[in-house]
Amino acid sequence: MDIELMISSFPKLLNATLITLKLLSVSLILGLFIGLGFAILRMNNNKLINKFAYGYSYIFRGTPLLVQIFIIYFGLGQIEYLRSTFLWIVLKEPYWCAIIAFSLNTGAYTSEILRSAFQTIKPGYLEAGRSLGIPSKIIFTKIQIPIAIKQSLPAYGNEIILMLKGTSLASTVTLMDLTGVAKYIISTTFKPVEVFIVAGGIYLFMTFIIHNVIKYLEKKYGFQT
Amino acid sequence: MELLYFGDKGWGDELFFATLMTIAVSITAMIIGFIFAALFTPLKLSNNKFFNSIGNAYTTVIRGVPELLVIYLFFFGGSGAIMFVASIFGYNDYIEINAFLTGSFSIGIISGAYSTEVFRGALQSIDKGQFEAAKVLGFKKYIYFFKIILPQMLRLAIPNLSNVWQITLKDTSLISVTGLVEIMRQSYIAAGSTRDPLFFYSFAAVLYLMLTFLSMQLLNRLETKYSKGY
Repeated sequence: MDIELMISSFPKLLNATLITLKLLSVSLILGLFIGLGFAILRMNNNKLINKFAYGYSYIFRGTPLLVQIFIIYFGLGQIEYLRSTFLWIVLKEPYWCAIIAFSLNTGAYTSEILRSAFQTIKPGYLEAGRSLGIPSKIIFTKIQIPIAIKQSLPAYGNEIILMLKGTSLASTVTLMDLTGVAKYIISTTFKPVEVFIVAGGIYLFMTFIIHNVIKYLEKKYGFQT
Repeated sequence: MELLYFGDKGWGDELFFATLMTIAVSITAMIIGFIFAALFTPLKLSNNKFFNSIGNAYTTVIRGVPELLVIYLFFFGGSGAIMFVASIFGYNDYIEINAFLTGSFSIGIISGAYSTEVFRGALQSIDKGQFEAAKVLGFKKYIYFFKIILPQMLRLAIPNLSNVWQITLKDTSLISVTGLVEIMRQSYIAAGSTRDPLFFYSFAAVLYLMLTFLSMQLLNRLETKYSKGY
């Protein structure tokens, strides 16, 4: 056990954690909007729109995240037309490619979580709202969304943790996130166990915090159904 | 489409064998995962605090750390560990372990952590009366487990195990970083030599979709078979 290496690599890994957290937070925020949008589309009565939303979540949940990143990072650059548009400014950066892939991926899972949350809302709540003469827009924003958020908290907490682990794939497109730096240190020092303990410890610490924040929120906003 | 021809011209046969490799790694990893689950589920359910904390440590650490990091640990650390064991027995040459074994082992450990949780949940949701009744009737230990508890546990576990299978199948794409030629690695090679990454990675996505779709069909059938009578 090389304690010195563990101590000397700690600040480097901690620095890389910032990139991991940045990737995680940006893609979770974007993914939440994407997920909400597709969850609403899923509940549409139009079959075509419904199928489209289902296809989106099926494709992104049925393929590995690695494939998705590679298609966006290596694949899209091949389309000549894209290179001439302003999109190329975004797509040539591995950072943004990773964010696009992560957001689309977590968006697919989030849409499923939100959809099932919306569907488990008791019809009585909506009927009560309607019989009180509340406009359907306000029923949606003031009744359905808050209840859905509360019901989807446990599943969404899992999704945040899965996404945290997913950000490690950013290291495959040259980004130096926590896993990327850990791999670099391992391959230069050939001390995998020590680096794994430090980097894994940082990841575990983050999952621990996320887990407890979600638990706290569940307790705070929890209600009996 | 020419790119997918079989033989020297296209990449069809290479991608076909790569798909078989992905399936082989996934199944091996799943089996290794079951072995780990069989070891750790009793520990997690044990009343002994020490055993209990070992079981919990396994599932917490593996499920809280990125898969890629676990793979790097075994990829870089695997041959070192084996060489260390071999040196105790007086064997000092360099040993390189097979990429297939390292890959299936690291994915297996990950899938084992998920399987452990599934089995634990399934065992805990079997009615207590079933255990008591089996004990009262004086069944032998292995009949008690294999004929009474296991079938009930499988019924409850199979829907969740098919989720674990999906996760495992998708995780195998990560062992492409160790150089094992499965779908992802083969697409990377093909994309590099034809300069057509968009096509090959999209095709890889289609292959994965096909695998997940087909395996879901099979597992759903298994699920209906085991929930007969309910």
